[in-house]
Amino acid sequence: MSMHCFECLGEYFLYDIESGALHVVDRIVYDYLQGDISCYSKNQIDEVIDELQQLTDNGLLYTNPPQVPRQIKERVIKSLCLHVSHDCNLRCKYCFAGQGAYHGDRLNMSIDIALASIDFLIANSGTRHNLEVDFFGGEPLLNLDVLKKTVEYANAQGAIYNKQFLFTTTTNGLLLNKETSDYLNQTMENVVLSLDGRKSVNDELRVTAGNKGSYDLIVDKYRYFRSIRGNKSYYVRGTFTALNLDFCADVLHIADLGFDQISLEPVVLSKGDVLEIRQEHLQTIFRQYEILAKEYIERRQNGRWFSFFHFVLDLENSPCYKKKLSGCGAGVKYLAVAPNGDIYPCHQFVGEKEYCMGNVQSGVIDESIRDIFASTDLTTKPKCASCWAKYHCSGGCNANAIHFNNDISVPYEISCEIFKKRLECALYIYSKAHE
Amino acid sequence: MKHIKTIANPKHNCINPKSGCDECRSSCQSACKTSCTVGNQVCEQKKKEQQ
Repeated sequence: MSMHCFECLGEYFLYDIESGALHVVDRIVYDYLQGDISCYSKNQIDEVIDELQQLTDNGLLYTNPPQVPRQIKERVIKSLCLHVSHDCNLRCKYCFAGQGAYHGDRLNMSIDIALASIDFLIANSGTRHNLEVDFFGGEPLLNLDVLKKTVEYANAQGAIYNKQFLFTTTTNGLLLNKETSDYLNQTMENVVLSLDGRKSVNDELRVTAGNKGSYDLIVDKYRYFRSIRGNKSYYVRGTFTALNLDFCADVLHIADLGFDQISLEPVVLSKGDVLEIRQEHLQTIFRQYEILAKEYIERRQNGRWFSFFHFVLDLENSPCYKKKLSGCGAGVKYLAVAPNGDIYPCHQFVGEKEYCMGNVQSGVIDESIRDIFASTDLTTKPKCASCWAKYHCSGGCNANAIHFNNDISVPYEISCEIFKKRLECALYIYSKAHE
Repeated sequence: MKHIKTIANPKHNCINPKSGCDECRSSCQSACKTSCTVGNQVCEQKKKEQQ
């Protein structure tokens, strides 16, 4: 299989996996490719065969993968997720980080550890110019002073070593005020503001230590931030769970609040949790993405433009083949640093001692753990070989693969299914914008 | 063609000498944190060419 033929919202598409070529086709082509030609004339079928052959001859269908030797991932680090606080002022009920503490002590990162992390990143970044630091938690604004000093230090060191630092802060918003918003707006390449959507949905799960909903405490703060953000990058980012499978309403609610860069992610939780997304939810979720896709186009055509993270697609300017094979780079190029300086493959492993790779103060990395991630890419995941969406997810999240299947080469199936449906909707939207 | 309309022809897996510079962002850093979404990124080289 080197192409994917699918129907979305009553229209038919042909997607060439290797080249990324996208074609809108009629029902006859779709049925022909499904093997159902009973209601068409020989002449019609001959036309379809001829057109498919033209696409093939022109390198637009059934193209072959490039013949390149498998590359060993470079041991260069370009990105750190800096856990400046393992404390949190919310107690979100789905939190993978154990309500912020990552199943350990509630503590903030010291300035020494934070600055050592920047030194560690620069020292291991080789010739990379763009370096990323994501201030994460817990709630990073609980350690704002260290965050600010880290930014200042990184920029100063960047000037010396010719590195451009791109900072992101992910916050639950409780501590945002005008001064902090202005600071984040000036210094951050990207700001992620957590909100799950409708007040009832958000307040069910995103609660304070006193079990009070957070919606009314943050929305106006986010609105202020949006008002000063201009066209710089930010996301209002939420999570949907089994409790709000009608999550399309939550995306649209966030848009109606005046936010135009939105991400809403399916929760990832261990089996048996009441909030987890289960196989039997998938058809409902797929329908929600279709409803959202339709509304997305409608709003963008009528002056109510917004961007949904998983519908963003630029087929003409997508990343190179190497990037598509290697994915997010967790464990190799992208690492997470806990408040005590311990290094983990990514934020999802923080606190799992067996995945501790070293400490930024010694600067030494356990290469045996790194090897697991460095030797894994899209080509080492058997189930991905035949998947039409593989170049868009690069084999999926390695942390999910390990946590759900205890095998880095076996992707988490629920995520795969959701990803493929989102991508079909994204291709549908792309076709509408480019036809 | 009568039955097929091509919307995009990106040849996105062509190998060129500039590919693999790795200056693009880590895909997990932007907004997801729980999935690996590479396909919605833009190549930094192509971004520069367009500027």
